[in-house]
Amino acid sequence: MKAVTGNRLGDGAVVYLGDDDRWTTDLAAAARFEGDDAKSVLAAAQARVKEITDAYLIEVDGAGAPAGREALRETIRKSGPTVRLDLGYQAGA
Amino acid sequence: MYRYDEFDATLVAERVSQFRGQVERRLAGDLTEDQFKPLRLMNGLYLQLHAYMLRVAVPYGAMSSKQMRRLGEVARKYDRGYGHFTTRQNIQYNWPALVDVPDLLDDLADVEMHAIQTSGNCIRNVTSDQYAGATAEEVEDPRPYCEMIRQWSTFHPEFSFLPRKFKIAITAAEHDRAAVKVHDIGLRLYKNDEGEIGFEVIVGGGLGRTPYVGHTIRKFLPKKYLLSYLEAILRVYNLEGRRDNMYKARIKILVNAEGIEKFAEMVEAEWAQIKDSGIDLPREEMERINAYFAPPAFEKLPDQSEALEEKRASDKDFARWLRLNTVGHKTPGYAIVNISLKPIGGVPGDISDVQMEAVADIAQAYSLDEVRATHEQNLVLPHVKKDDLYAVYSDLEKADLATANIGLVSDIIACPGLDYCSLANARSIPIAQRISERFADIDAQEELGELKIKISGCINACGHHHVGHIGILGVDKKGEEFYQVTLGGSGAEDASLGEIAGRGLSSEQVVDAVEKLVGVYREHRQDKERFLDTYRRLGAEPFKEALYEAA
Repeated sequence: MKAVTGNRLGDGAVVYLGDDDRWTTDLAAAARFEGDDAKSVLAAAQARVKEITDAYLIEVDGAGAPAGREALRETIRKSGPTVRLDLGYQAGA
Repeated sequence: MYRYDEFDATLVAERVSQFRGQVERRLAGDLTEDQFKPLRLMNGLYLQLHAYMLRVAVPYGAMSSKQMRRLGEVARKYDRGYGHFTTRQNIQYNWPALVDVPDLLDDLADVEMHAIQTSGNCIRNVTSDQYAGATAEEVEDPRPYCEMIRQWSTFHPEFSFLPRKFKIAITAAEHDRAAVKVHDIGLRLYKNDEGEIGFEVIVGGGLGRTPYVGHTIRKFLPKKYLLSYLEAILRVYNLEGRRDNMYKARIKILVNAEGIEKFAEMVEAEWAQIKDSGIDLPREEMERINAYFAPPAFEKLPDQSEALEEKRASDKDFARWLRLNTVGHKTPGYAIVNISLKPIGGVPGDISDVQMEAVADIAQAYSLDEVRATHEQNLVLPHVKKDDLYAVYSDLEKADLATANIGLVSDIIACPGLDYCSLANARSIPIAQRISERFADIDAQEELGELKIKISGCINACGHHHVGHIGILGVDKKGEEFYQVTLGGSGAEDASLGEIAGRGLSSEQVVDAVEKLVGVYREHRQDKERFLDTYRRLGAEPFKEALYEAA
């Protein structure tokens, strides 16, 4: 399954496309798509140029956790630097 | 130090205001990301894994205390309270918001700093010896030439869209602390047999996916021809360098494709056309720039300091810090102080806002207002009176900046890696942390002597792994981090590229691997051999055997 991610334009924060079509900082709350659906949702997301930059698809498992080849990279993006647990979403700020 | 004149100040201010307008248009949706990206990169603003990243230029690594203090303030005001010193003597902020960057750049412009030409296919920040103007080893201060190159290359219209980025480094000492042989152009100031001082011009070095040690294309270039000769090299590269494939676009590829003799001929032919056409600075202008770098007002002091000797005898930790982190100064009674940004278990090159302000205060009080950044991701206080060394040490200690380990196994270069960088394949920093923790015992470290470990999280080699005595390259194997070890590299005057030791190791194995390599060295070293010397004498075999025996 896929989710749409990108960086919020104004501050660069990592965000995901939610079920309500709004951006969320919580990957678990991201909408999940299959196949061609994912591609068309991504194209629509990429068109929201005033909100987002560098949107792309990531692979997620059924629980909404990063999966596949890029799992480590996307886990670090989702949480924050593994060497600074006080920074990023993992810090709970 | 160099101070901005009205031209510098105007062009930096204009650039910030131009970028402010571009950011506004991007936020309003009047510019697409495709249109905006090259504009933000021209101003040092990247997008990384978690956020934007701003790379601020520190020309040839030199900063005043006022600038260092401002870097700390910027870290607190616009970022998350820290910055990261890089292998190009620059500083990076990892979390700035796009909406804040114009204000941030205004704050930097107030202290004569900017982020221009820290990205893009242009001539990047010129790097140099962090001991410039302080060491007795140099034939002349290289900084005026760095400054001339900075002025010549800033917004140079012909060289704003080169085939690829372009990096120049200068040393004026025999012992090369600027890694000139692994730069696009490396310049070595030296005195020839006739007693004249000029440049050896080295071209086509570099790391990345196709590493090369540079070749000398001119043994001796009189100083007055510096800019016209550089212009000739850049022009040949700009015209002949490949633009069809970014992986083959650096000058090293051109130099090696043409062959060094042919390339040198092309440069000489171009130079013959332009050498007397007014590119080089007139003598008065060279003298004007030189004057900015006139030696500061050193006091006349005895070379020995009684206060220092007393403390050295009574405080063992201080004595060790003196041994490892300070070096001789050209002026009697002074010393050069290295500030390690490599605490055991820390992130190489990271420094907090408060620490930056502490360094600024110390530099203002004790180092004639100067601080330097080094390509090994440390800092330097270039002009400290020996009488003041204990005070400097005590103040550094209060700021957690008194780690004594310069040049030792825990003084590791590491790129940001997959913890921050969108290009990385694997993490670098945790490997550096674990190695430094494994070798934390400082007596053992000192006994090991000079050992340069350099870690990159991808083939782009920002962590200089090819020139590490032990190099570690992170690779991605089906989504898992693996590390390839290279041996026998050096970025100094004895430059060489490391050889791959064998198959990649897991993240768990790699720290043990370093320990095994060190074990081979301990067993076989003779006299005062460094790790690198033993490796060169014995060859790779015993080291490979130790790495892969029954592993």
